Amino acid sequence: MSNLDRFIETFLNGAVLAKYTPAILSGVWVTVELSVLIVIAGTVLGVALACIRAYRIRPVSFVIVIYADIFRALPPLVLILLAYFGLPNIGLSLSSSAVLFVILGLTLGAFAEEIVWAGITATDKGQWEAARSTGLGFGQSLIHVVLPQAVRMVIPPLTNRAIAITKMTALGTVIGVPDILNQATTAQSFSGNASPLTLAAIAYVALFLPFVILSRWLESRFSWKKG
Amino acid sequence: MDQLVQQFFNIDIMMRAWPAIMRGLGMTLLICAVVIPLGLAGGLIAALASTAGSRWLRWPAMALVDLFRAIPPLVLLIFVYAGLPFAGLRLSPFAAVAIAFLLNNSAYYGEVFRAGLISVGKGQWEAARSTGLTQRRTLIHVILPQAIRNVLPDLISNTVEVVKLTSLASVVSLGELLHAADLARSVTYNASPLTLAAGVYLVLLWPVVRFLGRYQRRIAV
Repeated sequence: MSNLDRFIETFLNGAVLAKYTPAILSGVWVTVELSVLIVIAGTVLGVALACIRAYRIRPVSFVIVIYADIFRALPPLVLILLAYFGLPNIGLSLSSSAVLFVILGLTLGAFAEEIVWAGITATDKGQWEAARSTGLGFGQSLIHVVLPQAVRMVIPPLTNRAIAITKMTALGTVIGVPDILNQATTAQSFSGNASPLTLAAIAYVALFLPFVILSRWLESRFSWKKG
Repeated sequence: MDQLVQQFFNIDIMMRAWPAIMRGLGMTLLICAVVIPLGLAGGLIAALASTAGSRWLRWPAMALVDLFRAIPPLVLLIFVYAGLPFAGLRLSPFAAVAIAFLLNNSAYYGEVFRAGLISVGKGQWEAARSTGLTQRRTLIHVILPQAIRNVLPDLISNTVEVVKLTSLASVVSLGELLHAADLARSVTYNASPLTLAAGVYLVLLWPVVRFLGRYQRRIAV
């Protein structure tokens, strides 16, 4: 029993938890706010770029592909450090939260562009032809006919990717964004106790588990399509 | 413009950081060599458990997979590295990285393998069993080869993510690629070593990302 007591005192210490819960809750707010902004910006950017790519203007598509490749191949933490420590020296000072938002937004944008583009190319050619033959222009066919079908098709992979990237908001800790993890590591070093880290892990599970389960449901919901 | 080149593409500073960054690359590759096989093995076990016939095996396995998919890998790493010492378990940075990544990667590889196992029809099991193969042999010789082939693109793309993930090891001061570059950055007050590290990651991963895009498109058709 004393082992269990020691375990609880180390990882679920009531006094420590009570003291640092407000700080971690403020971190929850920061994480939620950044996550929502990143998901909105990244998805909009990805869909917009995939639509632009549908016009198949060579030089434009080329630039989009290069951007998408670079942001899919590089670890976000490298880009975060590069932007945070490099940009101020060329006169562009961004706050740590702004750097995190921009880099993760661009990362999600790159993945979303590739995923939505895959959906657009997988949409049956007859859909384009039927839409055009009713008198819709290219842009109208894209927006009203092809894109809705493409987006529906790619919702499961897009959801998975969005979850993976919003979880990366924890990387902001490294450059001092006051998110959940940052509050927890600070509290842990002040209190000399691991309970704030446990609380942080619980907070992340509470935030993200519903979305993980949602993505599982979406996958089984859409999987009949594969036949 | 001049300042931009000076700050991000300073050849002098890159040359000086080169040896350290190459040592860092060696450590990154070492981490990959440990973490990828561990994750694949853990993932396979997780997938077998989460597709098992008994719900007493299936449900806890799925719950664990979802749990570790919900926790950011950096949180897991810091918990293992900075939290466990309070319980008297002091791990080296390398061991902490290996354990945290094992938990995280097993969950992700597990989901990929699970999709693969489900994609193989039940008839394959029945046919193999009826030829007299044992359950284990059926799994190894009939089911797994088909399952893996069906999810190969996802396995590769997940492995790209694992390689990118090794950059988190820099947070616990394990001297891998990003850590070496960031150390050089802090000594020289110049971001060029980070640009160089980004270049190394690109050389390493861009071909795979490119190849994957083509491969997936071919499969989609």
